[in-house]
Amino acid sequence: MTTPLIELHAVSREYGEGPPALDRVSFSVRPGEAVAVLGPSGSGKSTLLNLVAGLDRPSAGTVTVDGVRVDGLGEAASARYRRAKIGMVFQFFNLLDDLTVADNVVLPAQLAGMDRAEARARAADLLGKLGVDRHARAYPGRLSGGERQRVAVARALMNRPALLLADEPTGALDTASGEDVSALLTELNAEGQTVVVVTHDLALARRCTTRTISLVDGRIADDVSAEPAR
Amino acid sequence: MSALGKVVRSGVGRKRVQTVVIGLAAAMAVTASVLAGSLLVASSAPFDRAFAEQSGPHVTAQFDAGATTAADLEASKTAAGVTAAAGPFPVTSASPELDDGPKLPPMTVVGRADTGGPVDAVALVEGTWVTGPGQVVLSADFRMPDQVGRTLRFPALPGAPELRVVGVARSISRTADLWVWPSQVAALTPPDTAGGFQVLYRFASAATTEQVDASTAAAVPAQGLSGTRTWIAARQDAVKESALFVPFLVAFGALGLVMSVLIVGNVVAGAVASGLRRIGVLKALGFTPGQVVRAYVAQALLPAGVGAAFGVVAGNLLAIPVLAETSEVYGTTVSPVAPWVDVAVVAGTLGVVAVTAWASAWRAGRLRTVDALAVGRTPGVGRGRWAARLTSGLPLPRPVGLGLAHPFTRPARALAMLAAIVFGTTAVTFAVGLAASLSDVQDARDHTTDVVIGADRPGPDRGLPASLDVAAVNAAIAAQPGTLAHFSTSRREVTVAAFSGSTTLIAFDGDTSPGDYRMIAGEWFDAPGEAVVPSPFLGATGTRIGDTVTLDDRGELVTVRIVGEVFDLQNDGMQVFTDAATLTNPVVSNFGIAVRPGTDVTTYLDGLNAALRPLGVTARAGQAGFSDMLLTIVALTTFLTLLLIAVAGLGVLNGVVLDTRDRVHDLGVHKALGMTPGQTIAMVLASVAVVGVVGGGLGVPLGVALHDAVLPAMGRSAGTGLPASSFAVYGPTTVVLLAFGGLVIAVLGALLPAGWAARTRTATALRTE
Repeated sequence: MTTPLIELHAVSREYGEGPPALDRVSFSVRPGEAVAVLGPSGSGKSTLLNLVAGLDRPSAGTVTVDGVRVDGLGEAASARYRRAKIGMVFQFFNLLDDLTVADNVVLPAQLAGMDRAEARARAADLLGKLGVDRHARAYPGRLSGGERQRVAVARALMNRPALLLADEPTGALDTASGEDVSALLTELNAEGQTVVVVTHDLALARRCTTRTISLVDGRIADDVSAEPAR
Repeated sequence: MSALGKVVRSGVGRKRVQTVVIGLAAAMAVTASVLAGSLLVASSAPFDRAFAEQSGPHVTAQFDAGATTAADLEASKTAAGVTAAAGPFPVTSASPELDDGPKLPPMTVVGRADTGGPVDAVALVEGTWVTGPGQVVLSADFRMPDQVGRTLRFPALPGAPELRVVGVARSISRTADLWVWPSQVAALTPPDTAGGFQVLYRFASAATTEQVDASTAAAVPAQGLSGTRTWIAARQDAVKESALFVPFLVAFGALGLVMSVLIVGNVVAGAVASGLRRIGVLKALGFTPGQVVRAYVAQALLPAGVGAAFGVVAGNLLAIPVLAETSEVYGTTVSPVAPWVDVAVVAGTLGVVAVTAWASAWRAGRLRTVDALAVGRTPGVGRGRWAARLTSGLPLPRPVGLGLAHPFTRPARALAMLAAIVFGTTAVTFAVGLAASLSDVQDARDHTTDVVIGADRPGPDRGLPASLDVAAVNAAIAAQPGTLAHFSTSRREVTVAAFSGSTTLIAFDGDTSPGDYRMIAGEWFDAPGEAVVPSPFLGATGTRIGDTVTLDDRGELVTVRIVGEVFDLQNDGMQVFTDAATLTNPVVSNFGIAVRPGTDVTTYLDGLNAALRPLGVTARAGQAGFSDMLLTIVALTTFLTLLLIAVAGLGVLNGVVLDTRDRVHDLGVHKALGMTPGQTIAMVLASVAVVGVVGGGLGVPLGVALHDAVLPAMGRSAGTGLPASSFAVYGPTTVVLLAFGGLVIAVLGALLPAGWAARTRTATALRTE
């Protein structure tokens, strides 16, 4: 049996006195899977994504990603973990307005200390592959939403991450651009990239993932594997 | 609570960092300004202030006890024109020795049972006043360390009395060198003299020398009068000594005030500007521009008021040692911080806060609501992108490159930080240069050589035997292994044609280099008939380099041509230095010897004294003049510099705090992409590096310029030029290190917010709008 890429065991996350944002959640994701985490606002989707990305630590339980125990990492170690293992795509792109498209894409590699020429070449390759290479010298503010999200995906893939995490990747896009991005994620997964998409958009989940985990009030309500609607 | 009150309270409470920074800035500005203001007050006519405080005597009159009586002098205290008088105090002159050996020059000893009285209220600086015989209080003007508890011996007097030093006191009018219990004076009076009385008078009319002379003639008994000293003469002496330091302390005070205004203004303006988006929200809710302005002025004034309260307390506490040191420098009494300084500083600081907050909030309040909401937290589009492009191509770690571009996205804020660093570096450069210059001046004024025979330095006559075989002494010195160079001097009191007062003529024979005389202008004499003179001589006699002056040595006229202006403050600068061959029959009073580097002076002395013993003289190690004034100045400079650096650092800290808050979302993105805490710190520190380097680059020349402007002013105040070596204190290494100081201030100021940035939780930062 394949070793899981992501493994959560009895993970809880509590903030103060209120009910836990996540309550004893356990699941695993195999390499190459495309998983959607679904749920309404406040269901714990973003908390789950933060825990897997090493942006937050669980109150209880363990999070293991690609053999790394993420829940026990310090700040510096979790930063190194992110740049080695994780690519992140955000709802509002989170591109840095002061940097050109190419500089945005190359940034994770530079932070990881990749050779300059190698990083530039890979960024050019990714931008070409994602169809936004003509904007390499432009600033993000001049691009359409769909183009920006493509740039964000290119940036996320820069360090060849084992896992691509996407937080509402189509939430800020019009329908056409949203479909374009979901097709891109599907394509990446087809090439073997493990993808976890956090969304409340059922259609997106159906389009580009093979498995959906539904969260309600911090607990897994449903975990269904299905053929994606391609 | 009104809506406005709630806005103010939430603004103060929620923006805690901002609130704390405003409070801190106000506190430090008030502290620095109280100190600076107090320095300026203390530096404003220090003698006159202390003279008024002590009710100093317009005339200090001394009488021969054998020619008048205490009763007669008592009667003179109520003479016409006398407004107050003290005495008659018994007085004598005695030459004590310290318990560890050094013999002190003749001193005026006055018998006084207390410090108070209507005239010359002496200020006790340390210890206690005499309570009976066997005790002595020293004048603070002796500037010797650890005086209290020592013993003064009078071995030349019958019974060789010994007095224990119980205190140190200061009379601004210098009415005594030693104060003892009145009945003690008799035991300190040489048996062949009758002793004397001292009476201190204050007159109704004493503003000018003429008025003092007229009042003295009218009121002070002529019978038995052996001498007088007017307050104008005392003032001249005091001013001459303290004047050197007035421009320096005034410069520091002014720097402190300017920096305080700058930093407070920057902090408040930055704080209000960073709240533009909130202002937009308030306006969207219906607040009028006037209400916005009132809210933000109150929001700035609340923490500033608290900070000012702390600052005024801290300023007054810190002023105690600073003013004590200042009074030491000026030779005056210690005064507390003037209440008006406290009031003016607090009012001024809060005024600056209010005006800056008002101006910034007024500008923000007039913005269209939609603009305020839109521009609130985002830098101007496109601003500084060229810098980002440039740094992305530099062969630097990426976090450093990112940080280097930051100042260019908010140029106004970067300029504010730059101003703080420039001022800080200027202050450090000025202080370092001045300390070096003062040290050099101290070296230059002390002509003590490694080994001396006779007086410690050229000038004073300590009575070498008249029959001394000078040639034999010179031969013994020259023959002694370890001798590098040596000279002898002879000294005469002469008068200068058309100038009243005496001048000391010092004639050198041999190699004068051990005396380390430094030239201000012209050249050192190198032939008989040539002479060099100090600046005060040129000023007093109206002569210049190239002029010829005729010196009258009790009827024997000596004509010399002035070839140089030399730095020397002995005998008030009224000295003429020339070659021994200029004089006929010079009488040697001193030999000065420099030994070769590495020579053990004790061994050298043993050998030389063995050779000198048959000649009837003894050589000894030269005793360099001790100046705790220099230590005081250096301590004061260090303290003031550290304070200014702290104020400058606070300016940087404020700028970086605002910048970090503005960039917190980007920070979250960076961290999400794998930026480690160490890289975050590197990025934030790099963001101030350019400003630090540029600030250092600008501050150093400004500090050098300030130094070069203040130093001659200090010399002029003291009535002398200064040697070139006192100006040439900034070597290339010093300049580079000082310029590096700008970077240090910037990094120190940015360290704290860099730590905050590194600790910021990524998920929280990403959620921040």
